[in-house]
Amino acid sequence: MTFLDHASGAPLHPAARAVLLAAHDEGWADPTRLYGAGRRARLLLDDARARLAAAFDARPDEVHLLPSGTASVRAALAGAVARSRRGSHVVVSAVEHSSVLDAAPSATRVAVSRTGRVSVADVVAAVTPETAVVSLQHANHEVGTVQPVADLVAALPEGVVLHVDACASAGRLPLPRVPLLSASARKWGGPAGVGVLVVRKGTRWRSPAPEGPPNVPAVVAAAAALEAVLATREEEAARQSALVEWVRASIAARVPDTEVVGEPEERLPHVVTFSCLYVDGEALVTELDRRGFAVNSGSSCASRTGHPSHVLEAMGVLTHGNVRVSVGASTTRAEVEAFVDAVVDVVAGVRSRL
Amino acid sequence: MRTVDALGKRCPVPVIELSKALPLVEVGDVVEVLADDEAARVDIPVWCRMKGQEYVGAQPRERGTAYLVKRLS
Repeated sequence: MTFLDHASGAPLHPAARAVLLAAHDEGWADPTRLYGAGRRARLLLDDARARLAAAFDARPDEVHLLPSGTASVRAALAGAVARSRRGSHVVVSAVEHSSVLDAAPSATRVAVSRTGRVSVADVVAAVTPETAVVSLQHANHEVGTVQPVADLVAALPEGVVLHVDACASAGRLPLPRVPLLSASARKWGGPAGVGVLVVRKGTRWRSPAPEGPPNVPAVVAAAAALEAVLATREEEAARQSALVEWVRASIAARVPDTEVVGEPEERLPHVVTFSCLYVDGEALVTELDRRGFAVNSGSSCASRTGHPSHVLEAMGVLTHGNVRVSVGASTTRAEVEAFVDAVVDVVAGVRSRL
Repeated sequence: MRTVDALGKRCPVPVIELSKALPLVEVGDVVEVLADDEAARVDIPVWCRMKGQEYVGAQPRERGTAYLVKRLS
């Protein structure tokens, strides 16, 4: 099976596997307890936190550990609103991950371009005197478009806290230095169940709920996976980006009536999304799975919710016949070539039966 | 004006039926697609953009929505 859905969750990094098993032996106890096993878990946790902090270019006390990327996002927004002197208004982009939109259901949603990018001026214009926090993704999880986070940092009024959802980009791109930043270990090859929230010193934020002792073995493995990924990040990003570029060009050239969506240049290195006219997304994913390719789709018929992807909808691009491909460290050129051949064949087959 | 009844049909069927119906009307004439699938709201205007046809607009109906498309070529 060719796994091309790394953006949903990467398989456990080989460097993390051995560490995870060892940490289950050494660090299973409650790290808040004062007996030997508890102290050993505490040492492992402190060490892992320090290593995660280094990877995020932060101090250990700026790193908060939560049970998921979603929990990190919720804590970021609730904690910023709780300490704001301005109010409880939140501004987000229309293409944020559902964890952000669900955490701030009454937020002002800023529209995006056809390629899925917000303009900094539009975000700033949505800020009111009551705005506590602006939440903008570093890069979009479905179409790969990178957002103008650095420009927004400089443009936001004093007192408005910026939160960046970096779940899709951590371990893939250099991260921006912002007051609040969320990431999720499973996206970089760590185990599921570890969310990171970086809160820079001086940020008006307080933990909205007691954080509780983290899953020590999972945090230790998450740190090991991130270090391993960052050690080869630049070479891997260049290699994966070339694979994605090849897929973008090949699909556009070989599959008629297809839109390859998202920013072509300023994008995640590992994600490409396209939509094929007249094709049922569910049928496409199912048939590709039958041929040995695991991909995701933003089409309504292929989703659990029954709604089309809000990202594709906000961009004003085709929502049916949608496929998201996300490559990883194990993905080869031969695999993506076989994948494109399969897409050409499957789409032609479906269309011939119309 | 030709009407395509795609009520109760899921994406991409309303768009497929539109693509079959539009060549049956004269250039300058309008096809109305009745649909209640949520994706039609996005995908019919996108189809018009991709195919160089004119998306005239949407009107809520007792059941579903009527999407109006003018044939340009």
